[in-house]
Amino acid sequence: MSFRIVVLAKQVPDTHNVGADAMNADGTVNRSALPVVFNPEDLKALEMALQVKDRMPGATVTVITMGPPRAGEIIKDALNRGADDGFVLSDARFAGADTLATSYALSQAIRQMGRVDLIFGGRQAIDGDTAQVGPQVAEKLDMPQITYAEELLDVDAGGISVRRRLERGIECVKAKLPVLVTVTSAAADCRYPNAHRMLRRAKDEVRMVNADGIGADMDRLGLKGSPTKVKQIVNVVLSHKESVVIEPTEAALGELSATLIKAHIL
Amino acid sequence: MNFYSDNESLSFYLRHPEMEKVVAVKEKDFSEAGRHPEAPASAEEAVKQYDLIMNLLGEIAGDVIAPNAEAVDHEGPTLEGGRVRYAPGTRRNLDVLIQSGLYGVSLDRRYNGLNLPRAVVVMMAEMIARADVGFATIWGLTDCADTIQEFGSDALKDKYLPRICQGATCSMDLTEPDAGSDLQSVRLKATYDEAAGCWRLNGVKRFITNGDADLHLVLARSEEGSNDGRGLSYFVFDRADGGMVVRRIENKMGIKGSPTAELQFTNAPCQIVGERRLGLIKYVMSLMNGARLGVGAQSIGLCEAACREAEAYAAAREQFGHPINQFVAVRDILDRMRARTDGARSLLYETARYVDLAASSRPASRVADILTPLVKLNASEFANRNAYDCIQVHGGSGFMKEYACERLYRDARILSIYEGTSQLQVVAAMKGIASGAYLKQIESYEARVAEALAADFGIVSGAPVSELKHCLDVLRKATAAYGRFYETAAVEGTSSERFEHSTRALTDVLGNIIMGYLLLLDSLRDARFLKSCKYFVKESIGQVSRHIAALENC
Repeated sequence: MSFRIVVLAKQVPDTHNVGADAMNADGTVNRSALPVVFNPEDLKALEMALQVKDRMPGATVTVITMGPPRAGEIIKDALNRGADDGFVLSDARFAGADTLATSYALSQAIRQMGRVDLIFGGRQAIDGDTAQVGPQVAEKLDMPQITYAEELLDVDAGGISVRRRLERGIECVKAKLPVLVTVTSAAADCRYPNAHRMLRRAKDEVRMVNADGIGADMDRLGLKGSPTKVKQIVNVVLSHKESVVIEPTEAALGELSATLIKAHIL
Repeated sequence: MNFYSDNESLSFYLRHPEMEKVVAVKEKDFSEAGRHPEAPASAEEAVKQYDLIMNLLGEIAGDVIAPNAEAVDHEGPTLEGGRVRYAPGTRRNLDVLIQSGLYGVSLDRRYNGLNLPRAVVVMMAEMIARADVGFATIWGLTDCADTIQEFGSDALKDKYLPRICQGATCSMDLTEPDAGSDLQSVRLKATYDEAAGCWRLNGVKRFITNGDADLHLVLARSEEGSNDGRGLSYFVFDRADGGMVVRRIENKMGIKGSPTAELQFTNAPCQIVGERRLGLIKYVMSLMNGARLGVGAQSIGLCEAACREAEAYAAAREQFGHPINQFVAVRDILDRMRARTDGARSLLYETARYVDLAASSRPASRVADILTPLVKLNASEFANRNAYDCIQVHGGSGFMKEYACERLYRDARILSIYEGTSQLQVVAAMKGIASGAYLKQIESYEARVAEALAADFGIVSGAPVSELKHCLDVLRKATAAYGRFYETAAVEGTSSERFEHSTRALTDVLGNIIMGYLLLLDSLRDARFLKSCKYFVKESIGQVSRHIAALENC
């Protein structure tokens, strides 16, 4: 049986190209006014998956996303970059999902695929910044996980080694398969699409899968399956009076250190 | 940044009405549709494919090649043990383009090419040159493959063309220490080795762009005792077969990322392309015309880059309490830069379409032949002027190394020299001037504009009809004045010194009139070209009047 790799991806608003009409008057995001892109860290995850495929002849990469039909654009993009297959979990019943419901839907979709050797995903999406979906998918599939991966070191049928980037240094870890890996922005950029693949697949329709297709418990999907309730979104801007100017002198810096130590920050 | 989607002019020319015919010729009336998974079934589908490919290349040009340009210019290639090592940025550019399938793009699908017409290939060259002219020379040399595809044997094609699509780099080895513009003087010897069943090269080539390429097309003297162009044949040399060393790489003023090498061939095995004795008179001439169009594309890429650098600086730089683009003196420079870019671009794509149509039409081939020197001449001279003006807009800052404009200024300088100097383009234009072929082409443009203006439905752009008509009137006057200029210059015959001294001016006037007409035709479809059209209208009438006055009075 061939080596199977899954990549979890998300189509997100392009926060680098935000126009004046990007926010609604009530403080929520006006999604219709924002261009959308492949979530940057998911693209890095795709590249790591493709690197595994390069090293493992016969390996296949399947990309899964959840979203409206338009999210098929990133599946097509992933196929043009080298993925073998992909589909969108698209159904009104998935709408309004928080990370719990999203990870449930994704894990159900992966279960339907049978044996999977590796799952890659970006550490987090630029619209939510939760970094919860990857780890929750691993938990639901009862699979070990490696987070914050920045480089693929080695892979074979028995296991994978990656380098992790942590706050205070790096860690090189090895895990047995199957395993889920979340990838940070420090990882290698994704390869560009290939023109021949683009032309060959230009007319292909992206496969859409609905809630019935993943054998899901409907109560655990979408808004219904999401315990997260957003009470209010506040735009926090630090004002001038909350900042303190420290003079670059020995005495002032010493005082700053003492203050930070006292506050248990250092 | 995407160099395709941020430049509306490119999709405008990709969707030019004549592209339908171009596609039909290139796709051989869609004979591969249904038989090859990438072949389009209609012109509309083909243009959609081109659009996808242009978007991909535009992204790579904007996000990979352009950001690498400064470091590549600084580091340049190095010579290590007789081999050229590209600057890291150059290597990265090549790797990305090869992996993306954007190498050898004009070749047939059977060799894993994309079968793109010339009008699309030059658009890719323009975008790459906007990012880095030096790198555009390396990418553009895959045009050598077209010569093999057109004139080589099937065995040669099967052996080399798939390799080029997989990323084998190319060079065109013509120049020697004593054979520059005068290629008939080439001395590098080619002798047939009966025992080995191959030809062997001995001698030196100089100023070879991308000189350590994987595959070389070499012009060499195969006919012992001959001393003119009829003794030259064309050969393909595979670097992997040995017999060639890179003696040095030149320390150039510009396009520093592109290795320009001196090569020593010693019994280097090679294979002949096409027939003996046709090397210069047929194959190099064909290759050279393609290369001149390529330099036209490089020049327009540089024109565009210079425009954008100048426009951005003039919008940001404030003096006397205002951005400097609000001052008429600066605004005039910016408008001239934009007009030159628009005019040369319109001429480039018009010529490229004729080159594509030439594959199935003798009249189209004749038009392609007369327009090609005009593209090379005007675009490369405009690139130099735009680079000069770009520094002028930057003022003192432009003289410092911090801004891209100084690199553009250095890179532009070669454009009016290599692949035939501006002066040689004037010589190439003479045939069309003397035969009246340019005037015939101008008449066809005049008729198309007049017809469109006579019928209401001919104008879809919303440009004011009175202004379009005025442009047409002035261009007619300029054309009539050109006729008088020609008669006055040729009063002592076309081989007189008086006439020879006027040839550059005649060619310049023709170029301006033709670009004026092309932009007028473009203005019928899109009003944004009208401003640049008016620039050429004014230039052509002013220039021709000045030349006539000078000739009649001095």
